[in-house]
Amino acid sequence: MKRAKCIAAGLLSLCLAIGGSGCAMNEKDDDTYQAIMVTDTGGINDQSFNQSSWEGLKNFRDSTGSTIRYLESKQASDFTTNLDRATDTYPDIVWGIGFSLADSLLQVAAMNPDINFAIIDQSFEETPQNVTGVVFKAEESSFLVGYIAGLSTKTDKVGYVGAMKTFVNDQFEYGFLAGVAYAAAELGKDIEVQEQFTESYSDVAKAKGIANKMFANGCDIVFHSAGGAGFGVIESAKENNKMAIGVDTDQSYLAPDNVLTSGLKNVDVAVESISKMDMDGEEIGGKTFSYGLKENGVGIPEVNKNMDPAVYDKAMEIQEMIINGDLVAPSTEETYNEFIANLNGTK
Amino acid sequence: MLNTLTLIIGITMMYATPMAFAALGGVISELSGVTNIGMEGMMTIGAFVGASVGYFSGNPWLGVLCAGISGACLALFHAIASIEFHADQTVSGVALNLIGPALALFFCRLAFDGSAVTQPVANKLPKLFGPNASGILGNLNVDMMVVIAIILVAIAWFVIYHTKWGLRIRAVGENPAAADTLGVNVKLVRYICVILSGFLAGMGGAAVTLSIVAQFSQTSIAGQGYMALAAVIFGRWLPHGAYLACLLFGFAQALTVVFGGGTGGLPTQIIAMLPYVMTILILMLFVGKSNAPKADGVPYIKGRR
Repeated sequence: MKRAKCIAAGLLSLCLAIGGSGCAMNEKDDDTYQAIMVTDTGGINDQSFNQSSWEGLKNFRDSTGSTIRYLESKQASDFTTNLDRATDTYPDIVWGIGFSLADSLLQVAAMNPDINFAIIDQSFEETPQNVTGVVFKAEESSFLVGYIAGLSTKTDKVGYVGAMKTFVNDQFEYGFLAGVAYAAAELGKDIEVQEQFTESYSDVAKAKGIANKMFANGCDIVFHSAGGAGFGVIESAKENNKMAIGVDTDQSYLAPDNVLTSGLKNVDVAVESISKMDMDGEEIGGKTFSYGLKENGVGIPEVNKNMDPAVYDKAMEIQEMIINGDLVAPSTEETYNEFIANLNGTK
Repeated sequence: MLNTLTLIIGITMMYATPMAFAALGGVISELSGVTNIGMEGMMTIGAFVGASVGYFSGNPWLGVLCAGISGACLALFHAIASIEFHADQTVSGVALNLIGPALALFFCRLAFDGSAVTQPVANKLPKLFGPNASGILGNLNVDMMVVIAIILVAIAWFVIYHTKWGLRIRAVGENPAAADTLGVNVKLVRYICVILSGFLAGMGGAAVTLSIVAQFSQTSIAGQGYMALAAVIFGRWLPHGAYLACLLFGFAQALTVVFGGGTGGLPTQIIAMLPYVMTILILMLFVGKSNAPKADGVPYIKGRR
């Protein structure tokens, strides 16, 4: 028994030694551009931003022939370790996917001043020279879906289910409200928006209950930005035979007949283009990039089978106006109130 | 008014039912003397198995059955550890809570091309008034699982308090040595009860992924197992007590849903606190001393007093 343990221990240390030297051998030996991403805890196939980021890197590899790799985080304590491991091979850029990695990323970036780091959904007050923040203008896609909801509603009542009142959630909420108000002003009628928060990203039953209530109170379209809890909103639309609007990815596969459209967040576009900029030698460090409709960082799907084509065409006109800067979607309560004041002024 | 009232009832039932299954399981397990805090893990594996069997077979009832079996399999580990090897039941329960979600995710990735979310099932469990009810009837159109939960609670109450089987379960939970000397097989009773509790918790998981929503995701089961644990104690280890406790949690949640929206009035965060404030108040004011079964959580070792 004792001997067996000795042998096992010996084998184990041998493995470690080989593993260790294996890492060292991976050191960059040519000039191929190397990009590595570290996922958030959802894992690489999360049907959400981790997966989308990896798609972006794959597109980047296919168009440039660079080397790409990912490290999966199982829990929050993996972030620093994974980011640190990512730097072992001296990559050109390390991506942190999601704002939860922010602290770990700053820490590792400070230890590796020669490597560029970029992070999704995070902007810093003082961005270090080798760090790039990437944020999305969710208010622009929310404005679009709000406008679509406003044009499509038959009961003149629409609903909005948010997760929590936070800075990020405000973008969805006020963007949507402004979009509905804009459509109402265009049609010359009043459209009521019923709002409620789940106070949770996971409570499907509560989200479903809220959506049930909204549909029972006369809403015919409900938009959600409640993460995983939002499944409940879409399910409620299916059961009540009403419409839901999805978020982040095209959620029409969840209820093909009951999803009007989705407010997309194209993380892949951002990951691909920032990596490309870095590869081409552009100075990206120390800055925060903001992706909106113009950069195709947010938007709506091209195929929306439950939407009137005329509504889609009008939404595309609005999209043009936002891209040209003729229309600015509000992202906070303050800018929203200004927006409404202006809207009433011009009516 | 009637609209609001029926809405509250509908949401209460929807919210309470998954918890009620797990809580009923918890009551049965604890009455026989085995603490079961692993219900969250059993619910998660049941939620996953229910949704994926429902997706691949197209039959939601088969999904519920398999969900129960998967929960029972997980419970078997708890039973072996705590009954056979006299392990600490809290530790074993915590282990189940950790391994349940991990197993669910692992198998989800195997079965759904690496995805952490299952595809939506084509057929969900039926509703009480059929698929096309609307208006007031639509508000009250609860899932069949709600009805099944009520029936199971009634059966459990009858079996535990009005049959000799129930008496044996309670005897084993109160004083296993005395029960043993009277010829009751303590181990067997405890095994059956723990496995049954896993089966019920698994069904509770399926009640989320086959009737509230139509797919499993990592967030499908988020704390319902722990709420069920609270309901067991809150309901004083009575099947109907635990069920009423679940209804109360559901009712409080329904109030926040129905009165939470809109402008003016209280901030939403305050209203969201309502279920928790209500629970504490009721615990302080109305529920007297809770008496756990005497041998709850104590491994029975033959011949030791």
